Amino acid sequence: MGLLKKMLVMAAVSTALVANVAHAENKKIALVVKALGIGFFDAANKGAQEAAKELGDVDIIYTGPTDTTAEGQIEVINSLVAQKVDAIAISANDKDALVPALKKAMERGIKVISWDSGVAPEGRMMHLNPSSNPLIGNMCVKMAADNLPEGGDVAILSAAATATNQNTWIEEMKKVLPNYKGINIVATVYGDDKTDKSYTEAQGLMKAYPNLKAIIAPTSVGIVAAAQAVEDAGMTGKINVTGLGLPSEMAGHVKSGASKSFAIWNPIDLGYAATMISYNLVTGKEEAKPGAELSMGRMGKVKLDDKNEGAMADPFVYDAKNVEEFAKIF
Amino acid sequence: MKALFRHRELQLVAVILVMVGLIALRFPTFVAPASLGNVFNDTSILIILALGQMTVILTKCVDLSTAATLALCGMVAAMLNNLYPDLPVLLLVLVAILTGALLGAINGLMVWRLDMPPIVVTLGTMTIYRGIIFLISGGKWINAHEMTDSFKAVPRADIAGIPVLSWLALLVIAVMAVGLRRLRTGRAFYAVGGNPHAAVYTGIDVGYTRFLSFVISGALSGLAGYLWIARYAVAYVDIALGFELDVVAACVIGGVSIAGGIGTVYGAVLGALFLGTIKNALPVINISPFWQLAISGSVIILAVAFNARAERRKGRVILKKAEVSA
Repeated sequence: MGLLKKMLVMAAVSTALVANVAHAENKKIALVVKALGIGFFDAANKGAQEAAKELGDVDIIYTGPTDTTAEGQIEVINSLVAQKVDAIAISANDKDALVPALKKAMERGIKVISWDSGVAPEGRMMHLNPSSNPLIGNMCVKMAADNLPEGGDVAILSAAATATNQNTWIEEMKKVLPNYKGINIVATVYGDDKTDKSYTEAQGLMKAYPNLKAIIAPTSVGIVAAAQAVEDAGMTGKINVTGLGLPSEMAGHVKSGASKSFAIWNPIDLGYAATMISYNLVTGKEEAKPGAELSMGRMGKVKLDDKNEGAMADPFVYDAKNVEEFAKIF
Repeated sequence: MKALFRHRELQLVAVILVMVGLIALRFPTFVAPASLGNVFNDTSILIILALGQMTVILTKCVDLSTAATLALCGMVAAMLNNLYPDLPVLLLVLVAILTGALLGAINGLMVWRLDMPPIVVTLGTMTIYRGIIFLISGGKWINAHEMTDSFKAVPRADIAGIPVLSWLALLVIAVMAVGLRRLRTGRAFYAVGGNPHAAVYTGIDVGYTRFLSFVISGALSGLAGYLWIARYAVAYVDIALGFELDVVAACVIGGVSIAGGIGTVYGAVLGALFLGTIKNALPVINISPFWQLAISGSVIILAVAFNARAERRKGRVILKKAEVSA
């Protein structure tokens, strides 16, 4: 009898152990990107892997269609639903087309978030923006100011005069200006996101404002053209070109010295943060609702607005130290 | 009649001088020699393209694909430079020019052999050539650090204090000026546009002459393509998007008649310089970007109105002469 009891207890314990093992099975988080083979997203995967390592019990499924179509992503989502993943973190090719597929996933208990490029609110639990307009505006001025300890004249080279995002950023720059002593924005010119026009406008700025110390171009076409114009005018070192650009496009101009630093989102951080948020939703530790603050590991916390959207962080600054490395990525 | 043309070019020179003077009132350093040289240098690519366009317009055609040709040739040169950094730059320039000539020949053949309206042909090839850039580049940019230094250096290189870019524009102006005036083919462009039927009777092959004009326009666009990419040190699909309108505008302002047969090299060059001066001056005199567009547009319309008047007067003059001789 004693033996039988012992055996029964043992069996019970071992069952519990097995069950425990089953509970401790790794969480499967799918990082769905716009298309495979894009450096930016490969870098995001790098960040996701980093988060997985930190968390310990996470498997990252890095996937996406071979070309940037909504149909391709829907297929991917359906197969992920069939595989019973725990969470899907997606950068969407289409804001609305993915909603039905993602809704289905959520009905099956899968946590769905979007990052980088968002999905309509009904198709996800929250959206993670890489940054926010005030953060971008502030960073642009900060990068100019950091290289101008004594202040100086700064000009903005924008895209089209009608570009909403550009105008919002410029507004934000002007708002934070009082925080940066001695920095004057002397002009705002428009290069229409055309290389030649941006180049001529940058030349014009240099002619019209002999004391110009920096050009802020929050547009990837403009910043490259302005840097080239500064190099050609022999003003490298006297005028610093900064703003928003891509490392692969700016590497040469950082090397030449025309641009000391510029900013854009860091895809590694983005993949990392998306994974962290997904994990916390899967474990039920946190819930995505308006006003909630979700933690993102080393990236701090993101506060959700009334549309369940949040901004990750300041744009990431690239300079001579790291631009080469990131130029290979995107 | 020649006096009339000279008159018109003098008018344009006067207008440009007045304009530069007005700008100088507001912004004195604009008239410094270095600054004016810079305006010419900035306008060089437009001048090269305008002279190609002028040859086409002289034959009563129009080449809307010129900016797309520029972008495609530039991309080809940039990609070759990126893949084979050891290729000599001169070879790449030749490749760009030949690619341009080939693209121009495609336009020309369709106009010549298939008898299609040039505006339709080049409107089509304009988008096709852009599409090809996307196909060969995969939509990716070729950036400054992906091109060799020697590739980027050529337009900036200094010969006797003037950049090579300006020298090339001067060379193209000289060749075109002599060619259009002295060569049989050069005169044929005028004849074909001025009076196609009469041209046939004088033994000119109208279709072939038009074909040639497209090849010339294409080749010059190819050259401009290399210069553009090397100058701005970046190549991507949308390079020079919409630039063909500036090119046509330069011709029209310079007195080249859209109806064909009328126009001079100096006129087209002055037309390009006129636009170039505006483009360079508007940023320094701090005018709202909305006004900039309005000003550029008004100038073109004014120029066409001038042309229309000039051409009408020409008709009257001929009649009077005819009356006198009769």
